[in-house]
Amino acid sequence: MKNTLDGSDGNAAREQRKSEDRKSLRKGKTDNNKGKMSIKRNTEMGERKIENTKQKKFEIKGLDLYYDSFHALKSVDMDIYENEITALIGPSGCGKSTFLRTLNRMNDLVSGVRITGDVRFDGREIYSRESDPIELRQKVGMVFQKPNPFPKSIYENIVYGSRIQGIHSKEKLDEIVEKTLREVALWDEAKDRLNDSAMGMSGGQQQRLCIARCLAVDPEIILMDEPTSALDPVATSKIEDLIQELVKKYTIVIVTHNMQQAGRVSDKTAFFMLGEIVEMDNTQKIFSNPAKKKTEDYISGRFG
Amino acid sequence: MAPRIKMNDELIAINDKIEVITGRVQDDVKKAVQSIVDRDGDLARSIIDGGDDVDDMEDEINEACFRFLATQAPVARDLRYCISIMKMVRDIERIGDHSEDLAKFTLRLVGHDDPKELIDIPRMADMSTGMVHNAIKAFINRDLRLARKVWKADEEVDELYRTIYEEEIALADQISTDTEACIMFAFIAAHLERVADYATNICEEAVFYLEGEYMMED
Repeated sequence: MKNTLDGSDGNAAREQRKSEDRKSLRKGKTDNNKGKMSIKRNTEMGERKIENTKQKKFEIKGLDLYYDSFHALKSVDMDIYENEITALIGPSGCGKSTFLRTLNRMNDLVSGVRITGDVRFDGREIYSRESDPIELRQKVGMVFQKPNPFPKSIYENIVYGSRIQGIHSKEKLDEIVEKTLREVALWDEAKDRLNDSAMGMSGGQQQRLCIARCLAVDPEIILMDEPTSALDPVATSKIEDLIQELVKKYTIVIVTHNMQQAGRVSDKTAFFMLGEIVEMDNTQKIFSNPAKKKTEDYISGRFG
Repeated sequence: MAPRIKMNDELIAINDKIEVITGRVQDDVKKAVQSIVDRDGDLARSIIDGGDDVDDMEDEINEACFRFLATQAPVARDLRYCISIMKMVRDIERIGDHSEDLAKFTLRLVGHDDPKELIDIPRMADMSTGMVHNAIKAFINRDLRLARKVWKADEEVDELYRTIYEEEIALADQISTDTEACIMFAFIAAHLERVADYATNICEEAVFYLEGEYMMED
């Protein structure tokens, strides 16, 4: 709108504000930035806030893992915080799934595995002689890439773990089934066919069933190894929504090949390469301004 | 084979386009001031009539960035690049607007004499367009130091603007027969000061693109 004497549009007020912005930038007063993005600064502040109020569920220090002579994990340090989603990303063979399996001692089942270093869950070392892997796996549940329901009914899939725990009362088991199926948003779809075979469900439903099965034994941590890579986008989206609901009650660690999923869903992201953590930070920082060039190259798809 | 060829090609294409549009508006500002100095009405009119070209270029760049964001899902530096380009191109188009406004003065000054010899105005034009040139160079060449240097140079332009403004006001007092000409030259200087301001915006975007935050001090 050209209504001033000199023929320019009346931008005087805006120009004045801009000139003030610039003065504050000159003096380095970034808290006067008036809406300008400062990704580095916000993240540092945000990080301090998170670390002050949240409890560490896992503290890992100097973790080394060997498959026979192959050095799969090299001096890994990581803290995993309560009620957060931590994403593990990295190229194939980088050690992220190996690391995930370390958290609930699933690597014990692989012959030739040797582990050194500290892995503490709620402050207690999980690889000590006194530690019970069965008890650990009840607290630290796992969901796999390919949905793997038992060839049993929906009902039996969920109560399997509870029965092993010694719960036999039908009332209690029914309660567990309804509670967990509601938690994974499957109750309405499944309530009238609880005795049907789980194998008749779609891939997305089966995966949610596996999550329900995991929740039935009342875990604290849920480990997910590429939980949606075998699923279509709609099912993927439902699982991602579910993960964001679940984190309010549980702590979640997710391995994913899908960069955008890590960005969408996680609070913190750790980038693994050749058995080492290259960089770990708030997800927002990793995807907007990572510190390491290797991280930048990998997430931009230029790693190759 | 280097990965993400298509994405890299698209980034190079956007880079080329931003260089072209910036070169064009820079040129237009210089020509507009030249048309004032020479009282060249034809030159002035050619700038006024050519405004649509710059608008079209801006649209092309915005579309290219939008497409890039939608299809390539860029993150980190590539994402910052896209965002910075989209913000910068708006300011670059505004520089083009200012060159048109400047050219219009050539026509409005018909029948008026220069209140004084035109030395500072062309000098200010050189400084401002020089800043625009170096700012976009800093962005394209990823030159953090140049971006910060050009950003600081704005102070000199502001000084010169104040000097010209005060001189024109003083002259207006003295040459009571043609205060309008003095006022017009003060406005001409104001337009050139705005051009320099937009150059500093380009510098800020260059720093954001390269560093991830608007830290203009070292």
